[in-house]
Amino acid sequence: MTAQSTSSVGTMGSLAAQARLSLRSFRRRRWIGWGFILPWFIGFLIFDLGALLLNFYLSMTTFTVGARTPDWVGFANYERVLSGDRLARLSFTNTVYFVGLSVPLGMLVAFTLALLLNSDIRGRGAFRTVFYLPSLVPVAAASIIWLFIFRTRNGLLNLTLGLVGINPIPWLSRPEWAKPALVLMSLWFFGQQMVIYLAGLQGIPSELYEASDIDGANSIHKLFKITIPLMTPMLFFNLVMGIIGSFQVFTAAFLMTQGGPVNATLFYMLHLYNNAFRYFRMGYSSAMAVVLFFVILVLTLLVNKTSGRWVYYGGT
Amino acid sequence: MTINARHTRALGHGAIYLFAAAGAVVMLFPLVWTLSTSLKTIDKLVVTRIELMPDPIAWSNYITLFDRMDVAKQFTNTMTIVSAALIGSLLICSLVAYAFACIEFPGRNTMFILLLSTMMLPGVVTLIPYFLMWDRLGLVNTFYPLIIPRFLASNPFYIFLMVQFFRGLPKDLFDAARIDGCGDLGIWRRIVLPTSLPVLATVGIFTFQWAWNDFMSPLIYLSGDRHKWTLALGLNALVGFEGETTVHYQMAFSILMIIPVVIVFALGQKYIIQGVTFSGIKG
Repeated sequence: MTAQSTSSVGTMGSLAAQARLSLRSFRRRRWIGWGFILPWFIGFLIFDLGALLLNFYLSMTTFTVGARTPDWVGFANYERVLSGDRLARLSFTNTVYFVGLSVPLGMLVAFTLALLLNSDIRGRGAFRTVFYLPSLVPVAAASIIWLFIFRTRNGLLNLTLGLVGINPIPWLSRPEWAKPALVLMSLWFFGQQMVIYLAGLQGIPSELYEASDIDGANSIHKLFKITIPLMTPMLFFNLVMGIIGSFQVFTAAFLMTQGGPVNATLFYMLHLYNNAFRYFRMGYSSAMAVVLFFVILVLTLLVNKTSGRWVYYGGT
Repeated sequence: MTINARHTRALGHGAIYLFAAAGAVVMLFPLVWTLSTSLKTIDKLVVTRIELMPDPIAWSNYITLFDRMDVAKQFTNTMTIVSAALIGSLLICSLVAYAFACIEFPGRNTMFILLLSTMMLPGVVTLIPYFLMWDRLGLVNTFYPLIIPRFLASNPFYIFLMVQFFRGLPKDLFDAARIDGCGDLGIWRRIVLPTSLPVLATVGIFTFQWAWNDFMSPLIYLSGDRHKWTLALGLNALVGFEGETTVHYQMAFSILMIIPVVIVFALGQKYIIQGVTFSGIKG
């Protein structure tokens, strides 16, 4: 206490000097901040803004690797993506199928298991670890593992199904089964989302549940009137991130099916990759990238727009 | 609580327990199967029913993998990229995050919004321009395209996590240091870094996982030179070349790729929970 008042007297004494000093150090600090963020800013200019603009430019050209001067073709590439290229359209439909199934299903499974694990059952920590473990598996390794599991003859999945009398399913060798198979595999990674939901569930104040107990609410009421409304911000975040991520699904299809059978798993990113790095049609694939960019943007904005109706951002 | 209610509750718990246990078996089974297959001899690979215990146990599969494939080289390559990514991310992101969290400068809010908006930028729109830039610089088939962006704080999410954490640090510490004549670099090094272990560990683990698991960037930038291959590319080649007859090696390779991630995660798990919770991500 005494020390503090002495120092404050000292401050009063040299107020003018202090003010001069802090003004100078403030001016200095004005640009120091920029010095600190400079690496990011350079990266932003080159890798985000620059690359984005370059991509827009390339998409209007017939650029291929090695060509000195790309030919300007205006919107011709876009016309081809949107109507000329049958495979582009097919790959888009395939991707929508995949996103439409894997994102909602993943959210449903993750949320349900988070709810289950949130009740005070024994060994909750162990369960959480087990469910999270597959999310740690590198996607290249996971693809190879599931390639083996999905084998029609003597694959683990068909052997297991055989135990309950189901005939072997040609998971990756028939077009009608290949996409469901990849969706099934994507569910193996739900643990990542589940731990986020679990953290959220544990943040819901227990008074809310106690109060509703007094009002005679049953657990269904509590789930729909308290838990889900309070969890909407997180569900919303995962929905947006899930859409952005799944629209760019690539590695599993590249490693497991190379887009087959009969282009059933030719996802948009795979088609884009083939065009860019196999056929070196850089201009055309840039146009494909821009189209995907706008699709993701519109979807994100749409989710964002409607979120006002179902996302609750009150104090959690 | 009536006896009846307690009964229902116990029953409910039993059901949850059963359901969770069944789920756990389903989730773990592919990994157990992978491990089991990785230890089988070649004549035991074709099975007609599920046999979990390999007989005999062929530990030699793992040794053969190292002998025949360039696994050791691929491991070194992967570790080179991972370490560079770690140093870049931790050093540069923390500097940038310190400025956003603790220094007032003109345009700070605008820049921060810009940073957050890049989080929503899908990687696909920068994929081809990146490649052409690196190609023009003659750096395809080198590690630089995978490393240099890390030193330019290319992951906004890491910066965001750190900013949130740094904002929660007690301001008195900074003031005290400033009175003692500490500059911003000094504060960053002597105060911010030592008190931010949870978030640094979190970003470190995420960076490790991301760099270790990455498949597409090595595929695009390193495919052309097999001496530069990472583990993921090595695994890809193993499947491509001799498909059917190398399943036990493929599974052993997969296990080798999984173990480091699991170890790193197990070591850092408690920090992740702290790091993410303190950053206020969860609300």
